[in-house]
Amino acid sequence: MAPEEICEILRREFGEAIVDTAMSANRPYAVVEAGRWAEVAAFLRDDPRMGFNMLQCVTAIDLLEDNKLAAVYDLFSFPVAGADEPCPKLRHHFAVRVVVDRGDPHVPTVSHLWPTADWHEREAFDLMGIVFDGHPNLERILLPEDWEGHPLRKDYEFPVEYHGIPATTEYQLTNPKH
Amino acid sequence: MAETTVEFQSDVLMDLDKSEQGDLRTEEMLVNMGPQHPATHGVLRVVLRTDGEMILEAVPHIGYLHRCAEKIGENVPPYQFIPYTDRMDYLAGMNNNEAFAIAVERLCGIEIPERAKYIRVIFAELNRIASHLVSFGCYGLDMGAFTPFLYAFREREMILDLFEATCGARLTYSYITVGGVHDDVPERFFDVLREFLDYFEPKIPEYNDLLSFNHIFVKRTANVGVISGADAMAWGLTGPCLRASGVNWDLRKSIPYENYDRFAFDIPVGRPGGSDGIPESVVVGDCWSRYFVRMCEMQQSCRVIRQAMEQVSEGPVQAAKVKNLKLPADETYVEIENPRGQLGFYVQGDGSMIPSRVKARGPSFCNISIMNHVGRGCLLADIPAIIGSIDIVMGEVDR
Repeated sequence: MAPEEICEILRREFGEAIVDTAMSANRPYAVVEAGRWAEVAAFLRDDPRMGFNMLQCVTAIDLLEDNKLAAVYDLFSFPVAGADEPCPKLRHHFAVRVVVDRGDPHVPTVSHLWPTADWHEREAFDLMGIVFDGHPNLERILLPEDWEGHPLRKDYEFPVEYHGIPATTEYQLTNPKH
Repeated sequence: MAETTVEFQSDVLMDLDKSEQGDLRTEEMLVNMGPQHPATHGVLRVVLRTDGEMILEAVPHIGYLHRCAEKIGENVPPYQFIPYTDRMDYLAGMNNNEAFAIAVERLCGIEIPERAKYIRVIFAELNRIASHLVSFGCYGLDMGAFTPFLYAFREREMILDLFEATCGARLTYSYITVGGVHDDVPERFFDVLREFLDYFEPKIPEYNDLLSFNHIFVKRTANVGVISGADAMAWGLTGPCLRASGVNWDLRKSIPYENYDRFAFDIPVGRPGGSDGIPESVVVGDCWSRYFVRMCEMQQSCRVIRQAMEQVSEGPVQAAKVKNLKLPADETYVEIENPRGQLGFYVQGDGSMIPSRVKARGPSFCNISIMNHVGRGCLLADIPAIIGSIDIVMGEVDR
């Protein structure tokens, strides 16, 4: 199904919750209101016209100019097929963006829908600081538990040291905008 | 810790009746496996909650190799980020370079020359063979068979020699760049490659005799760590791990990139025991299936390389206008089929030479996340079998 049609169906089903759509040639996406994202996600997974049974990736992006953060979900639909038949039909791709305020970044979790979201959301929390409400185990995954800040934010300041280990070179200290 | 009910998969315990099982139970123990454990394939730490030999919980802890490559990607132009992609899945550098190069090309709308596409396919497939050889050899080691490892590395060495002759590097190639490949292949390359394939193809049945159908090996891996097709999709498994669960899905065939649509090759899928000479005890989605899908894929890669060698023609290997590339204010997400699964790159441009966001979706990262789900209820000795069969590279899990 073409991304335009998917957006059309989503608009019909959820109305106001679909805040915006962007139909770029490379990667069309819909912007979904954070509060209703879990609902929309369940629809995207379970509705037979959608059938997005695979969550490929969750990307956290920093929209510093707008003072926002966003979680981007790449969804893909491939039908369950037996060993001998290659997967037919559906196989469409769609992306959803959930935009939240930088100061209070709360996005509902979808890890109960796609278990793979568990680790992806933890990564987005760890590196970008987006809080996924309802996540069963929202802890840092890549960085140490006592790490301060979220490195992928555009305004992140690199620590000078970590437990006595220098983390910044002298050059970086004297040339902060390297 | 909350009590979890665990269904034991082991035959040993099944045979005992309940009262005897009760006698065997000891108190729970937490075992830290790794990060310096030879069977965890790098710096993976798995915290095992055990009850005697039984695993109640197997929680992977990652991040020991984290370098925040994505942050680096936001600070350098794409051609400077290519060497960092090598260091993610360091056993499949070519494929990683290719994935990132394709992502940037799609974003900027660059069409690469035909010859470059063929060279990319040849090198990606060669690297797939090299990577699967390491996987095969190391899996033997994990299961207590030392010899296959030496055989695997003997052949891998030849592939690395071919790579070295072409781009000078043996592990971190940075050969496939945005706009094509950075140099043409050396003289006589295709002759040497043909010699290698003639030598290598008969070796695969030899490996199968040596390890795949070895009775002890089958005992250790068949019907162990079974992942159903539905579970595999829900947990985002891709590559051999997904296909071993019976799902016929390979991006090279399903959504062809480069020019994979011009080659005839099969997608090996996990099959139940008893058919096509597969040992009786094998179940679709078990460790043995995952292992064997890789063995079959090596054969198919040889087929692809042979066809690519036939079809390749003379011509340039670099698109003309990629110097000082400015990325448009747009974004793209591209996945390609790596030896370990689907490697995805999300690249967002903002009109300058430097991307405003780069994100890598590592197949190993997603594949290992099923560890706790599949490890529960297994025997302690099955854990190395499961980790080995998922075939992770920590450089890519942690990025």
